[in-house]
Amino acid sequence: MGLLKRKNDVYSALIEGAEGVAYTSFYHDAMRRLKKDKIAMVCLFVVAALIIIAIFAPFIAPYEEDYMDVGNELARPSSEHLLGTDEFGRDILSRIIFGSRVSLMVGVVAEAIAVFIGLVVGAIAGYYGGKVDAVLSRIIEIFASFPHILFAIVVMFVLGTGIMNVFIAIGVVGWTGLARVIRSQIMQLKQKEYVEAARASGGRNMQIIFRHLIPNCLSTIIVVATMNIPSDIMYEASLSFLGLGVQPPQASWGSMISEARKFIRQYPEYSVFPGIALIVTVLAFNLLGDALRDALDPRLKNL
Amino acid sequence: MIKYTVKRLLQTLIVLFGVSLVTFVMLNIAPGDPVGVMLAKRADQETIDRVRHEMGLDKPYTEQFIEFIRGAVVGDFGDSYFQHKPVSEILAGAFRITASLGVWVMLFSIVLGLLFGISAAVLHGRIGDKIIILISTLGMVMPSFWIAIILQIVLGVKFKLLPISGLQSMSSYILPTISLGLIYAASIARLCRTNMLDALNQDYVRTARAKGVSEFKIVMQHGLKNAAIPIITYIGILIKSILGGSVLVETVFSIPGLGKTMVDAITQRDIRLIQGCTIYIAVVFVVANLTIDLLYGLLDPRIRVTQEG
Repeated sequence: MGLLKRKNDVYSALIEGAEGVAYTSFYHDAMRRLKKDKIAMVCLFVVAALIIIAIFAPFIAPYEEDYMDVGNELARPSSEHLLGTDEFGRDILSRIIFGSRVSLMVGVVAEAIAVFIGLVVGAIAGYYGGKVDAVLSRIIEIFASFPHILFAIVVMFVLGTGIMNVFIAIGVVGWTGLARVIRSQIMQLKQKEYVEAARASGGRNMQIIFRHLIPNCLSTIIVVATMNIPSDIMYEASLSFLGLGVQPPQASWGSMISEARKFIRQYPEYSVFPGIALIVTVLAFNLLGDALRDALDPRLKNL
Repeated sequence: MIKYTVKRLLQTLIVLFGVSLVTFVMLNIAPGDPVGVMLAKRADQETIDRVRHEMGLDKPYTEQFIEFIRGAVVGDFGDSYFQHKPVSEILAGAFRITASLGVWVMLFSIVLGLLFGISAAVLHGRIGDKIIILISTLGMVMPSFWIAIILQIVLGVKFKLLPISGLQSMSSYILPTISLGLIYAASIARLCRTNMLDALNQDYVRTARAKGVSEFKIVMQHGLKNAAIPIITYIGILIKSILGGSVLVETVFSIPGLGKTMVDAITQRDIRLIQGCTIYIAVVFVVANLTIDLLYGLLDPRIRVTQEG
């Protein structure tokens, strides 16, 4: 994005200098539309704050992730522990802060895996069409035939627990939506003149796909990926809630809610806090995804 | 229509075969020998080999797969490793429970969703509309397992109104239905609102108003009717989501449905049961999708034509 923007700046400066006309590129336009959207700006702020919290967790959190305040288990909120402590005397606020790392990493890494698979499968199916498309479309359909969470559970069973496997499971499960969108976009784009020109000047198929077609789908990829991130975060929380995801002592909001479930009689508030963290994060990404879609690619509205 | 039906049926069969293949391959590369887990550490190598032979696990994978497919076609997934009952029997019992939970969830979410969606469309731009948008936006991001726990705390522990686990009576379905259904109710409300507003801004609605047709009739006949198709499409997605969501909610409320059976099978490493569950759920989902597609083909010839080409 950074590179692209700089390039556009140069272009617009050149054009403005030459003709004295204000020139705005597609991404400039989109950014301007996004900046006008107040809700989107609030969400952007929340997401930025979350990223900062996740990166600087050890400096922000009042306690270590696994520090146990022995003799002070399941404590109510106090000045010492703002949100109280869990069954081992660990500070709940600190664990929520550290838990943000898992959630955001799932959003980035798992979605990157999903985008990679979806892009390759969708682009090849859309570009070659015919028999290749028929086979790949069936494969997409097969992978879309399991409810996502169920499929992720089976993948976790096969791979074993642990955070790397959570990334893989969620990535392997979540690529079908993007593959479908990219497939149909590339089908339309490959009819364009510039593709014909590239082919006439001796461009090979892979070159055309990766140099011409995929860059033209960039805004779609950004929108679909951002819109998938909240569900990825939710899948991680669900897997960890079921005990199949991130393993203790590493903190994850899902596993915290699962642990809190045992203490709904002694300390009911315990289960509330990690849930709120999860809701705020998912909500911010959700609304940001909607706003990005409206700014970049409103055609994806029926997705 | 016949050509379309045959084509969709063939595609469905291919997909189901693929689903079985993917499931079989995944579960058989899973680390951990099921027989070793089953007999724990008590057994010596000889016993393990004997049991493996009895269960047909020493045969080559291709042979096992053919046998597995042959069984699956007639709904026979072998015996569970731990419960010593046919997998199909366990699944049939679990499916009934998940199905009745699913029906409740659908009723709950459709009724609540339509109610909120229609109210929001009618109150468009006013404070009531904004409140409904806010509630439904929140409703869409609240994890069902978290709502479940909050409901347990408030209605089960604090006020002792409703049972918080198990399946003793009809009232046991109330909390699971609400926790799973809220998210879908929120989606339906938003879907209904957007599509009704689209319809109510059309010229023919202005004509109807000018003719003096009552507002109630306009909302119901023009608004709701046009919102119906996207909502019906959403019901297809709903079936898939309920099957997935049941995993979490059934675990929280200890309801012995398909989802909990699956999670228990995973913890026990009962591969045959996992296999059965996965394929059972995929079949339910694929068949539901097929039915909806065929219904569409019947209702809307345009879909039939574009997909035939």
